[in-house]
Amino acid sequence: MNTTLTTPATLAGRRFRPGFWTAVFVLLFLAFCAVSVIRYTKGLGAVTNLSDQFPWGLWIGFDLLCGVGLAAGAFTLTAVVHLFNLRRYEPIVRPTILTGFLGYAFVIVALLLDLGQPWRIWHAIVYWNTHSVMFEVAWCVMLYTTVLAVEFSPVVFEYFGFHAPAKFIHQLITPLVILGVILSTLHQSSLGSLYLIVPSKLHPLWYSPMLPLHFYISAIGAGIGMIILESYLSKRAFHRHLEMDLLEPLARGMVVALGIYGLMRLQGIARNHAFGTIFDLSYEGRMFLLEFALGVVLPVVLMSFRKLRTNPDWLVAGAFLAVLGFVMNRLNVSITGMEAASGTRYLPSAMEITVSLGLVAIGMAVFAFAVRTFSVFPEGPVAGAKELSRRS
Amino acid sequence: MGMGLLFDATRCIGCGACSSACKEQNKLPGKVEEVLTAYTWTTVQEREGLNVRRLCMHCEVPTCASVCPVGALKKTPEGPVVYDAERCMGCRYCMMACPFEIPKYQWDRPVPVVGKCIMCAGRLKEGKPTACAEACPAEATIFGKKEDLIWEARTRIRQKPGAYVDHIYGLTEAGGTSVLMISNVPFDKLGLKSNLPGEPPAMKTWQVLSNIPDFVAVWAVFLYGVHWITARREEVAKATANGNGNGRDGQGHGREDRS
Repeated sequence: MNTTLTTPATLAGRRFRPGFWTAVFVLLFLAFCAVSVIRYTKGLGAVTNLSDQFPWGLWIGFDLLCGVGLAAGAFTLTAVVHLFNLRRYEPIVRPTILTGFLGYAFVIVALLLDLGQPWRIWHAIVYWNTHSVMFEVAWCVMLYTTVLAVEFSPVVFEYFGFHAPAKFIHQLITPLVILGVILSTLHQSSLGSLYLIVPSKLHPLWYSPMLPLHFYISAIGAGIGMIILESYLSKRAFHRHLEMDLLEPLARGMVVALGIYGLMRLQGIARNHAFGTIFDLSYEGRMFLLEFALGVVLPVVLMSFRKLRTNPDWLVAGAFLAVLGFVMNRLNVSITGMEAASGTRYLPSAMEITVSLGLVAIGMAVFAFAVRTFSVFPEGPVAGAKELSRRS
Repeated sequence: MGMGLLFDATRCIGCGACSSACKEQNKLPGKVEEVLTAYTWTTVQEREGLNVRRLCMHCEVPTCASVCPVGALKKTPEGPVVYDAERCMGCRYCMMACPFEIPKYQWDRPVPVVGKCIMCAGRLKEGKPTACAEACPAEATIFGKKEDLIWEARTRIRQKPGAYVDHIYGLTEAGGTSVLMISNVPFDKLGLKSNLPGEPPAMKTWQVLSNIPDFVAVWAVFLYGVHWITARREEVAKATANGNGNGRDGQGHGREDRS
């Protein structure tokens, strides 16, 4: 585990020390490029298991829905620091914004592969259909990616010694953060709204008129989980300390968000009279149980105990479960819950999985490069692996 | 109300002339498939001893048109739901959303577009019926004004009691469609969706989308308000802390400021 996490860092760092995991990363990257070439020359059918019965697969369920959702830490934390004025969280704002920005970049690259004619992506700017949730999604992706880039830009400006623009953005931070929170609220919820239109297709364990709110609240919970997880990965990769004094109270926020979300989910299922479909242990019922027990109930229970929250290992385990539950939920909404109505089974192809894994690897490498180059963490750019090994 | 098609499953002989005519009219490559594909816009399926056509139902409030982010799908006043391949960027939300599962995709092409029946919109403009209706030797598919077709369907159901299921499929499904079907076998047994709401699914999203402008305004004011209050609190706290040396004066100053 340790080596997995240090590897992308080593690769992108100034001090390059290739190892087993570097090779895995390079292979993943090359496989990603190869699949992209096949996809653009032979069409979507050549690389994916998508079909007329099942037009949206892993790239929408994981890359888009989870990429956006797990970037939710950025708007949550900027709101906490700049709107609720809890300045002590400032040290973890920059890495969180970076994670958010990379999440959105991940989504855009995935869309460029998933769209049938990605070179027409600009059509969403020119041709408007305000009745379409996808139109809202498209604009939110564009605008919030811009906001995240601007929020992160002072870090880059500082690096190049451009103090004037950095100062200018700093003065605009309040309206910028408010804009970011509004766009995120719209965007996170709109991903749930995408499925409002399929009441006859999505399984009653997941369909609800409240889907937009489910998606919004669960993204806040998982976004916080992601902040904790990202801090932990940074600790492992760059030998940093874990900011327990900040992460422990964040975990409390996560419990509240997940708790509200869990209750809303149960209310939705009650309203659909769908409890029976859980306990008949149908395919959907089992998938729901797994998602809900592992990804909602367990982290809420564990993180309710102060003793566990203040223990770094348990804290990270709780955050990991929340993120896992989030990913399972998005895959269940987009895949499991849609299968019965489609009359077919969908399993992503090896090439689809390769693309998703390749994108995660690229994201981690860019993160590692950024924290080694810029002052993302309060102590400045992190040191290369060799410097560290020498130091220790 | 525009034009429409009426399909009578009791009359269809399953010759497939409609599917062939459709292929020819729309220059679609390949043979007629058993199911709809991007290259087979209508097909005849055998169910319960009957022959039943599959084709776009041309909804009055089409779900596909409502979900398309670039407005590539549109309902025309004449009746057809048409598709502008030049606009489509291939998000495939129409395929996801369509309650009748009609739009299909060219998975085999590097530059793919959606394929679906467009009710021969071009022919309609010239005052001609659809190619399928013109080709049908048994008058199982007839073309006409939708109100006339409803009248015709009701007449057939009324004149031969028991010979038809007392329902015109498409009259209320998903808010009503321009294509109507009648049959002597329940429609769900013919592979047609029978669990569709009478309200167009598009309304479900519009309820959310139409509230966005109001929501944005309120949310912006609320968020700025939170910032305003917390920032002010900090100022007061600072002033209080600075004034500590002067004892109560500092606190008093803070309170005055607040009022």
